[in-house]
Amino acid sequence: MAAAPPPSGNALWLFALRLAGALAIPIGAGYLLWVTFDFLRSSDANRIVVVGVAVLVGVGGIFLLYWAMNRAVDLLPARYREGVRPWVFVGPCLVLLAVFLVYPVINTLLLSFKDAQSQNFVGLDNFKFVFTDESMLRAIRNTLGWMILVPLVAVSVGLAFATLVDRLRRGEAVAKSLIFLPMAISFAGAAITWRLIYSFRPAGFGSNIGLLNGVMIGLGQNPVDWISQHPWNNLFLMVIMVWMQTGFAMVVLSAAIKAIPDEIIEAARIDGASEWQVFRRIMVPTILPTIVVVATYMVINALKVFDIVFVMGSAELNQTEVVAERMIRWFFIGGNYGRGAAIAVVLFIAVIPVMVWNVRRFREEEQIR
Amino acid sequence: MSLAQAGDVEAREPVPPGAEDRAGAGEIRTGGWFVRIVIIAICVLWLIPAVGVLITSFRNEDLVNTSGWWTAFAHPLQAGQWTLENYRSALDAGGLGNSFLNSLAVTIPSTVIPITIAAFAAYAFSWMEFKGRYVLFVAVVGLLVVPLQMALIPILKLYVNGATIADYVVFPELRLNGTFLAVWLAHTGFGLPLAVYLLRNYIGSLPSSIIESAKMDGADHFTIFWRLIVPLSVPALAAFAIFQFLWVWNDLLVAYVFLGGTKDVQVLTLNLANLVGSRGENWQLLTSAAFISMALPLVVFFSLQKYFVRGLTAGSVKG
Repeated sequence: MAAAPPPSGNALWLFALRLAGALAIPIGAGYLLWVTFDFLRSSDANRIVVVGVAVLVGVGGIFLLYWAMNRAVDLLPARYREGVRPWVFVGPCLVLLAVFLVYPVINTLLLSFKDAQSQNFVGLDNFKFVFTDESMLRAIRNTLGWMILVPLVAVSVGLAFATLVDRLRRGEAVAKSLIFLPMAISFAGAAITWRLIYSFRPAGFGSNIGLLNGVMIGLGQNPVDWISQHPWNNLFLMVIMVWMQTGFAMVVLSAAIKAIPDEIIEAARIDGASEWQVFRRIMVPTILPTIVVVATYMVINALKVFDIVFVMGSAELNQTEVVAERMIRWFFIGGNYGRGAAIAVVLFIAVIPVMVWNVRRFREEEQIR
Repeated sequence: MSLAQAGDVEAREPVPPGAEDRAGAGEIRTGGWFVRIVIIAICVLWLIPAVGVLITSFRNEDLVNTSGWWTAFAHPLQAGQWTLENYRSALDAGGLGNSFLNSLAVTIPSTVIPITIAAFAAYAFSWMEFKGRYVLFVAVVGLLVVPLQMALIPILKLYVNGATIADYVVFPELRLNGTFLAVWLAHTGFGLPLAVYLLRNYIGSLPSSIIESAKMDGADHFTIFWRLIVPLSVPALAAFAIFQFLWVWNDLLVAYVFLGGTKDVQVLTLNLANLVGSRGENWQLLTSAAFISMALPLVVFFSLQKYFVRGLTAGSVKG
């Protein structure tokens, strides 16, 4: 009776000590990072120094945190260790997702039922606005156009190019890189690039330096203000996105084409199939899953398109509005949180079918594994 | 593996055996003039816009404003028409040098942090046992479709005001807004679903025998992850790194909302957009600024591209 308590008391002490240690290590590491960061924020040091330290803290900090958390788990009593460790690995990911994606979705949903300043509930007024306002309806129509035309053209050109380039004896890599190049350019950079093509100056404001108008003048026509030619200006903006995204479609489809076993194609040729039949009846069906994935990715991208329309300017004047661009405008320039949130919710609902499909596809893949 | 090699944008490695057979199999496979002409036509079409920017950025201001850039082809050797002045004024007057630094400070951590977090999570989702593994993973993938724009306002408010539920502080008031940390965390949150999805595809497809034998040798999860999984996953990590780097470097919205638009903190894309707004007809400045902003992504892309397709298609395209 007298001998029993000390060891258990000791074990308890040890347990408490280990737990304290387990908590202290990550908290200490976190605090250290926070202090460095606070210093960074308030310092007036040279910009290069600030940037350098910021990069070091950002890159080193994340490694330090994981290392510290793992050390902390090692200190825990043995029977808890392997139960806790998975949560150290997935925990940060789940926390960040909860804060940065799950919470905003819920919050936006709430905002969409409130007025401009998020003070009072206004029922479905904001949604009524989304589906009755003239400019919003135009934005929805235009966005539908983007969602259909951009993936269609980008995937078609990408597929055609991937098929043809597969037959080149030399220069395949160079040709592919050229098509892929615009992927590395920002929307802002692309906008400048294409403004140089669509540029227009009315008579008396200097000579036209835009390429398209250069061609028009060369053909003896009058220069045209391309960006204000509704409804064609929508197409001119879509061309920019096609230019930027075709490379992605092409590279992924090309990889899929190369993965088709040669025997299948050779067998079809021996049976007398023409090249077109080989393409139409064998290649396309075989890589159809990849085509669908690429097209879906592009549909979502087109749905969210914003930068191109925004940077090319005067969407309302030129009637080139799109949904995401309207949302930003209402949020940040119009200052109407309710309307902006309602547009965001509509955008979110539009992608839910894609989400369902994505999850289903993943389950099927899991079953194959 | 043959898929991976064949998919390289620039096939630096030896041609996979299948492709060699294919080329030799028959004349019918290799393209004739028609194929070559179509490919060249598409390539030229794709290059024209970029060539216009490149040429304009090196021309004299007067010439840029009075004649189209294509007229430079008429007398390309006339030295007086070319100048580096545009780049100098873009870097100084346009403040592009400073923006370049800011973009670096935003982009590098915003690429490394999500990759690290996603790799740990992907490893746990693939090789560790815990409750709710499958459900949580599907939830993460489902978040792929949340439009980024939807998250901006709530996060901004969170940064500025914090969050409380019935007087309990759930999220402290950190005054994060306008700091690099704010942008890093935002980009990390937005990039995670895709990163976890891609990396789990790859890490989950590694042979389980390696992991089992490492466990036999007494390695713990952290060691297995660090010494075994990370080196083996370099293609997938690099593929996502390119993706995330290009996305963050080219992003305008997130940096604008969380870092702000003042001269000392603005990133390159924002600077470009502002230049378009304020000096819309200063083509020589705009084009040289655009080229400065493209320089780094192009370097990164071409130096890492051989990993790009390999990492993206592994696991999703079954050879």
